[in-house]
Amino acid sequence: MRALLSVQNLAFSYPGAPARPIFREVSFSVNPSDVFCLLGPNGTGKSTLLKCVSNVLQGWHGTILLGDKDISHLRPAEVAKGVAYVPQNQVSAFPFLVHDIVVMGRAPHLNVFSSPTRRDREIARTAMETVGILHLAERPCTMLSGGEWQLTLIARALAQEPRVLVLDEPTSHLDMGNQVRILRVIRSLAEKGLGIVMASHFPDHAFVAATEAAILDDGRMIRKGQPDEVITAENLGKAYGIEVKVLQVGEGVNRKACFPSLKDFTAAPDSSSSNPE
Amino acid sequence: MPFAENKSGFTTTPGTLILILSFLLVAVATCSLMLGQIYIPPETIFKIFASVVLPIKQTWSPTLESILFDVRVPRLLAGMLVGAGLSISGAAFQGLFRNPLVSPHILGVSSGAGLGAAVAILFFGNILAIQVCSFGGGLLAVFMTYSLSRVYRTTPVLMLVLSGIIVGSLFSAATSLIKYIADPVNEMPSIVFWLLGSLNNASNRDMAVVGPIIVLGISVLLLIRWRINLLAMGEEDARALGVDTGRIRATVILCATLISAAAVSIGGIIGWIGLVIPHIGRLLAGPDNKTLLPVTVLVGASYLVAVDTIARTAMEMEIPIGILTALVGAPIFAYLLRKNRSGW
Repeated sequence: MRALLSVQNLAFSYPGAPARPIFREVSFSVNPSDVFCLLGPNGTGKSTLLKCVSNVLQGWHGTILLGDKDISHLRPAEVAKGVAYVPQNQVSAFPFLVHDIVVMGRAPHLNVFSSPTRRDREIARTAMETVGILHLAERPCTMLSGGEWQLTLIARALAQEPRVLVLDEPTSHLDMGNQVRILRVIRSLAEKGLGIVMASHFPDHAFVAATEAAILDDGRMIRKGQPDEVITAENLGKAYGIEVKVLQVGEGVNRKACFPSLKDFTAAPDSSSSNPE
Repeated sequence: MPFAENKSGFTTTPGTLILILSFLLVAVATCSLMLGQIYIPPETIFKIFASVVLPIKQTWSPTLESILFDVRVPRLLAGMLVGAGLSISGAAFQGLFRNPLVSPHILGVSSGAGLGAAVAILFFGNILAIQVCSFGGGLLAVFMTYSLSRVYRTTPVLMLVLSGIIVGSLFSAATSLIKYIADPVNEMPSIVFWLLGSLNNASNRDMAVVGPIIVLGISVLLLIRWRINLLAMGEEDARALGVDTGRIRATVILCATLISAAAVSIGGIIGWIGLVIPHIGRLLAGPDNKTLLPVTVLVGASYLVAVDTIARTAMEMEIPIGILTALVGAPIFAYLLRKNRSGW
């Protein structure tokens, strides 16, 4: 079976600084129902990598195959029908309604001179239903919370009817409840057969949602494989530069979770012991 | 907040809104044809128009017909096209630059056109030369802005704005220099009056040349209006949606520049329209450019025709229209700003 998306020996450097690649020698592939979770410290090139993969940034070296087609030979709209990118930033200068934003996902299916038709609006409606934001359809985007914005952008990506969904830190800046809601949506989309690539700052989320994990550090993919094999105390310690314990948590949770050991924090103020958290 | 209210409390669909605004434009246009130093009753206007195609016996003086066809109609057309063109360019630019405070002049088109006109007044003095030079000057200024802002074969929005400020200042300074060295009895007043803006010179011949340029620009912007929504979400989002952002942006800039340069060449520098009308449009139609752009065309056309009618009838001598649009536009804008504090 051919992978939905396969990235081979990818490298990127900004024009003007060709000697300092942001990342290099990156290879991975995504099959239907895969959730590929990219971990790594700040500034290591995760976002840049995701932007290259979804054709937002150009000028990369290497090969990106969408099915059996090389995306460097495809028109931007063709790529956007296969790969949908969910950005991290959530700002709009104008109070577009949620529905208007979601229907923008139809852009790659429409020619330059046309506007969305009734059918496009129905597809947008289905996308909003899938992520559970149909009740927000008529709300201006300037009045959305962080979690609602993220779901709106995911719905917009679904309206593209892609085979692969690329999400840049979808759970950043969200509270615990919204983090879990987003992860649940991602899981259910994967179960429907979408391939998913996401960057995250939470190794725990890879245990919860990912079928494959990788760590990007200093522009190279230092580990790749099953989350259990990749997210180890040793690898996390190396990537983030702190001591980390990966423990199996019981008592109704029943999964692995990561904890910074914080040994040098033991001399913290006494108030911590009186605070029953 | 206002948009939540607008949307839920909205009883009119986009179609009805556009229909109402079209009637408004027809009403304003009819008033504009009636009013002036000589009053022409509406039924006479109707008969004169009808007589062009129907065999109606002429019961009106030839002078009336001449006033109507040679003075008021071209001026009405100029008002509608300039108003509509500047308004839609403003709305498109506000989407493109993701900033509701942008006007079509941000890339220096009016400074360039002003310099072109000043040079023509100084060296040639005839109206055709002034129009050609101002049109060319406007295009030249925007071309310089666009070239200056190219970085790595892309044109970042911030670079465009900064380049526009640089080029605009350069051309304005050159215009000031020309005003300074111009003959203070004849040339300097004509430069100053020209820069204040007026539709006084609009003739049928001008409209035959400039009209199609403005109509073309407006049509292309209307055709790609939904794509402007995508640009308004930002460069990366638009690219992620498969949009060739460079090409769409260049198209919007080209259309808006052609429109503005053509508008300035027949009407001088008429400010505030491109800034204020899109805001009124958003108040009526919301931010979706699919409805907003047609609405700004109609509102802009009605507004400039109304202001121009006031400009030529309110006082004995004509008031420069650029002064009136600012006098009317600034308070409207201030009012909208206060009323709409929570965002556009």
